[in-house]
Amino acid sequence: MFDLSGKTALVTGASGGIGGAIARTLKACGAKLALSGTRAEALQALADELGGAEILPCKLDVAEEVEALVPAAVDKLGQLDILVNNAGITRDGLAMRMKDEDWAAVLRVDLEAAFRLSRAALRPMMKARHGRIISISSVVGSIGNPGQANYAAAKAGLEGMTRSLAAEVASRGVTVNCVAPGFIASAMTDALTDDQKAKMFERIPAGRFGEGSDVAAAVLWLASAEGAYVTGQSIHVNGGMYMG
Amino acid sequence: MSDVADRVKKIVVEHLGVEAEKVTDEASFIDDLGADSLDTVELVMAFEDEFGVEIPDDAAEKILTVKDAIAFIAANGK
Repeated sequence: MFDLSGKTALVTGASGGIGGAIARTLKACGAKLALSGTRAEALQALADELGGAEILPCKLDVAEEVEALVPAAVDKLGQLDILVNNAGITRDGLAMRMKDEDWAAVLRVDLEAAFRLSRAALRPMMKARHGRIISISSVVGSIGNPGQANYAAAKAGLEGMTRSLAAEVASRGVTVNCVAPGFIASAMTDALTDDQKAKMFERIPAGRFGEGSDVAAAVLWLASAEGAYVTGQSIHVNGGMYMG
Repeated sequence: MSDVADRVKKIVVEHLGVEAEKVTDEASFIDDLGADSLDTVELVMAFEDEFGVEIPDDAAEKILTVKDAIAFIAANGK
C-alpha cells in the first residue's frame, strides 16, 4: 500500500513545516523528490536529512521563475508524477483596511502560481497517462476567517480550480485534489498562551492541533496508486472543526 | 511533404485510435475522427514533439483538419 517507488514528486514550500512533513512522507514511501522554496539553505538542510533530493529554489511571485520550475523539475527528475502545490503566504488584515498589494500578493502566490505550475505539469502527466496534482488549501477557504479575505479567497479558489482541472484530465489518468488543513501545530501555535490555545481547542472537536504528518498522510494517499479513483475533491484534515 | 503527411497521419492514428483509411487529408479531427477538445490539445503536443516545432495557441486553434496540420508543419517545421 502507498508505495511510491519509481515515482517523482515536486513539492513547493518544502522549507515550511507542512511542506517538510509532506517531503519526508513521500520520500519515506519511495518517491524521488525535487524540493522548492524561497530559502535555499533550509531546502538543502532538508535534502541532506532525507539523504538526497533535488533543490529548486523559486520565487513564486515572479511569473518567469514559476514557469521555469516544472520544466526544471522534469529535467532533474526525468519525469514528474506528483506535483504538490503547498507553498502559501499570508498578508492578514481586515478587509476595510486591506491594501491592494496585500490582496494581490496572496492571490499571486497562493492561487496564480499553483495554476501556472499545474498547467505546466499537465503536459508531461497527460503524456504519461499518469499524474497527481495535490494542492494544499485550508479550512479557511470553506469557513472564512476575519482578517483573511485574501487568503480565504485564494484557498477557496484553489478548490474551485482543482475541480475544473480534475474534470478536464480525469480521462487521462491524472487526478487533481486538495488537502485542506485545519489548525496545524507550528512555531506560531507554540507561541500561543495556554488560554489562547484553550479558546482555539473549543472549536476543534479533537481537542488539539493537527500535526504536519496528519496532512502529509492525506497527501500520500492521494499521491498513491490507491488514490487513483479520487479526483476533484478537497480532503479536510482538521480534527472535526469543519465537517463540510 | 509526403513524409510530413505520413508522419502526421501516423500520429493521428495512434492518438485517436482510428483506422488509417479514415485519416484523409480532408478529415476533421473533431467532426470526422471523434476527437474531443482535450484530444486536439494532445495532438498539437504530439506534433510539436515529433517535428520540433512550436505551435502557438492562435495557430493551434486553426488546425482543424489533417490537411491543416500538414500545411502548418510543412511551413514551419524542421
